Amino acid sequence: MPVKCEIDLGTPPSRSEETVTLTIDDAPVTVPAGTSVLRAAAEGGIDIPKLCATDSLDAFGSCRVCVVEIEGKRGFPAACHTPVEEGMVVHTETPQVNKLRRGVVELYMSDYPVDDLPARGHETNELERVVHRVGLESVRYGFTGANHQHAELDESNPYFTFDPSKCIVCSRCVRACEEIQGTFALTIEGRGFDSKVSASQDEPFLDSECVSCGACVDACPTPALMEKSVLEKGEPDRSVITTCAYCGVGCSFKAELRGDEVVRMTPYKDGHANHGHSCVKGRFAWGYTTHPDRITKPMIRDDIHEPWREVSWDEAFAFAAERISSIRDTHGRGAIGAITSSRCTNEETYLMQKLARAGFGTNNVDTCARVCHSPTGYGLKSTFGTSAGTQDFDSVESADVIFVIGANPTDAHPVFASQMKRRLRAGARLIVADPRRIDLVRSPHVEADYHLQLQPGTNVALINALAHTVVSEGLVDEDFVRGRCEQEEFAEWREFILREENSPEALADATGVAAETVRAAARLYATGGNAAIYYGLGVTEHSQGSTMVMGMANLAMATGNLGRDGVGVNPLRGQNNVQGSCDMGSFPHEFPGYRHIANDEVRGLFEREWNVTLDAEPGLRIPNMIDAAIEGTFKGIYIQGEDILQSDPNIQHIAAGLGAMDCVIVQDLFLNETAGYAHVFLPGSTFLEKDGTFTNAERRINRVRKAMEPVGGLADWEITQRLSNELGYRMDYSHPAEIMDEIARTTPTFAGVNYDKLDRLGSIQWPCNDKAPEGTPVMHVDEFVRGRGRFMLTPYVRTEERANRKFPLLLTTGRILSQYNVGAQTRRTENRRWHAEDILEIHPHDAEERGISDGDTVAVASRIGQTSLRATVSERMPQGVVYTTFHFPETAANVVTTEESDWATNCPEYKVTAVQVSLCTTATDWQQRYMQWRLETTRVAGETEQPEKA
Amino acid sequence: MQDAKMVRMANQIADYFAAYPAERAEREVTNHLRAFWEPRMRRQLVEYVQAGGDGLHPLAVKAGRDLADPEEAPSASGTTR
Repeated sequence: MPVKCEIDLGTPPSRSEETVTLTIDDAPVTVPAGTSVLRAAAEGGIDIPKLCATDSLDAFGSCRVCVVEIEGKRGFPAACHTPVEEGMVVHTETPQVNKLRRGVVELYMSDYPVDDLPARGHETNELERVVHRVGLESVRYGFTGANHQHAELDESNPYFTFDPSKCIVCSRCVRACEEIQGTFALTIEGRGFDSKVSASQDEPFLDSECVSCGACVDACPTPALMEKSVLEKGEPDRSVITTCAYCGVGCSFKAELRGDEVVRMTPYKDGHANHGHSCVKGRFAWGYTTHPDRITKPMIRDDIHEPWREVSWDEAFAFAAERISSIRDTHGRGAIGAITSSRCTNEETYLMQKLARAGFGTNNVDTCARVCHSPTGYGLKSTFGTSAGTQDFDSVESADVIFVIGANPTDAHPVFASQMKRRLRAGARLIVADPRRIDLVRSPHVEADYHLQLQPGTNVALINALAHTVVSEGLVDEDFVRGRCEQEEFAEWREFILREENSPEALADATGVAAETVRAAARLYATGGNAAIYYGLGVTEHSQGSTMVMGMANLAMATGNLGRDGVGVNPLRGQNNVQGSCDMGSFPHEFPGYRHIANDEVRGLFEREWNVTLDAEPGLRIPNMIDAAIEGTFKGIYIQGEDILQSDPNIQHIAAGLGAMDCVIVQDLFLNETAGYAHVFLPGSTFLEKDGTFTNAERRINRVRKAMEPVGGLADWEITQRLSNELGYRMDYSHPAEIMDEIARTTPTFAGVNYDKLDRLGSIQWPCNDKAPEGTPVMHVDEFVRGRGRFMLTPYVRTEERANRKFPLLLTTGRILSQYNVGAQTRRTENRRWHAEDILEIHPHDAEERGISDGDTVAVASRIGQTSLRATVSERMPQGVVYTTFHFPETAANVVTTEESDWATNCPEYKVTAVQVSLCTTATDWQQRYMQWRLETTRVAGETEQPEKA
Repeated sequence: MQDAKMVRMANQIADYFAAYPAERAEREVTNHLRAFWEPRMRRQLVEYVQAGGDGLHPLAVKAGRDLADPEEAPSASGTTR
């Protein structure tokens, strides 16, 4: 595909349903009322040159390049700023218009380094194209007068440069920062000749409020804002449309290549999830794909204390298969299992669970959603009938009240956060429930109506208090409940929630939120129009995670906020394919499509498809596998794309479990922490190196397309297939499209999905079947998946993980914008410039009590472990609560977190760990042991250096 | 798994379903364990109950007894599936 494959129509579309017909250059054009003349011309195939206009931004009318003549109107109006009128007659190419445009462009070029201008046909940016388009052959003005040719270059940002000498001050970057990203980091400083683009208070980009989303670089019509990768490697000559491998927003990107080398990633304008926007991770942090730490050859070792030996693929598969077979023969099929990854494609995940169930003969297969959104699966299935968010992202544009619970979208789902902030700037009201004062609580032109700053671990108390208010104050949508929900269950719930113990007043001590504030927020949610809940791991990663998900579903049903645009209950999935990995049957009790393995009909379907007899009993979850390993009944595991030794709680316990196994197979890009305990390492492929699909948080199935060959020689699905064949369970797929065909044959919600349709439609939101052949943006419209919605009781049960005199603070963990999960990818990019280590955030009072100042090294100790890291004193934290990220293995926040978990799903309670924080001067014992262990277990025979160079 | 951990997990499930009327609570706890606990874990619970069930919530004890006797156990088509 060519690099430039999108069409810029100049100004945004009009949403009017009325149409207007006008004449442009003697041709009739019919467009929606409110459309600009510039866009109408473009839609009619007529090119009007422009510089300050682009269809992702509101018209600005500053460059004067798009001037036209309109019969009956005086002067030369800017086409971008002139709305169409019925019967209007427009001329875009008259001698006067052309002369005017040439004169305007000549003035721009009079302060532009003309030596940089390429020949016609070789333009690389809009300004160059416009110069040739208007026929400007030379500039009459020299550089003897005042000019900007020696303005200082800003190279502070690791990913792009700002060259003011090439800036035409069109304000596209400023407007992109405001309108698209919503950060408002850029301004035009000064007036007239002195006007210049300024980041924050005229600071270098890196030091400013800029979040490096890249919107300004995309918007810039000149090379003033330019990716360093393009400056270093040259202009790309082809592109491949694919899907980002970071968060659950699932942004579509163009991988732009020069030959077989990626030069840049640009957000795809026609991407249905991101509409041409991006964040610093997807846009820029792809350097890990070619990082020297990549392992490109299979490796094996008999014992984890030995150095790795590089071997051929054949030898690696034979070694792995022999070990797995030996364990199965000796200890039974229950002694082996597999872990799938939310970072891998649907097709790869499907194959992993197929290999476990059909090849290994066990349901011991689990996924990293165990430690993030497994309560979403339980809670939404119990209440609505299926495990998925109810809306598409665009639904937020119809929301009147946005309720963000336990999520930090500006850091963890930044592209959706920008869409959400646009709606908030347009007038939607905002409620935030979070112990921390996240950025969304107050950011430029956005302020929460209510910040319910609850104590960690009291979500269920809060949701009950909100629901109690709704019911006790007569705010229930009785028609919705009567028409759509189970009446007996509702009556039971109504009686339960009206108990005094669930009132805001009774629960205020537990939550720390004043009763009147809770009541006011509940009234706003129930009566403020379309109300939409968006939630994250601050909901699920609790001992009552599943109860809280059901509590939110209850609240939405009680207020009728389901089944249409602008409402719903929406999990913001952490990783790119959390939804997909769950859809694909990664859980030990479910086949693809969330169907229990005890269901004889479903099991029979898969037995026929896979030609095996399948086990009807649930398998082990990840923590159960570790426990079983420690007690000696679980001996071998195949882990694809997961690093449980960094991501899962109580990693010393995880290490003990892995260390007790006879065969650990790790398939990954890098020698991750888990690989320290592995016997087989299979080099995985990045998202750029394979075909497949990811399913994002809005159930949107997006294509992943191969842009280059796998550096290890095999795509991940091929590795699983080869291992399966070596084990004697035959798989013969020649392309992931065939795997998707099998998914469609066996999984009703995917029945209508295939690669041809995905190519044609761009993406598909499941369910996609005969009833909805092009997918389903909003679920539960006329009825719930389970028929009638079911209210579930939500008793508040205090977690057993509690603060006391020895551990008086509560630690919560999470993410930051520039890093991603265990950091395997982002730590190997320039994103380290923003966040090079995990930092502990602590309230000023708590810090002062302990003599802690900004930048001090502190020890964080819980009942199970201790680590050390630097502290920052922050009023974002409430008193008594501290926060850190889990991106760096040398910090290993999960040395501290406990195995306390959700009652229904065993999702760990990462958000509540009782700790003490104190000043310290050295690494903890664990950290010192870790460094030694890391050195020992990453040795490769024949190499003098450690393979990790990050 | 350590007995203490198993007891904690079973009690958490019981704590949730205890909000429901007794008969349904008993049924749901058993159904939940049957739907989500691997046979080794269920066996551990059964054996623990048979050994006295120290520290277990009464609903978990009842579930342990039901699971020991498949003939009397609640249907596997419970709400959690």
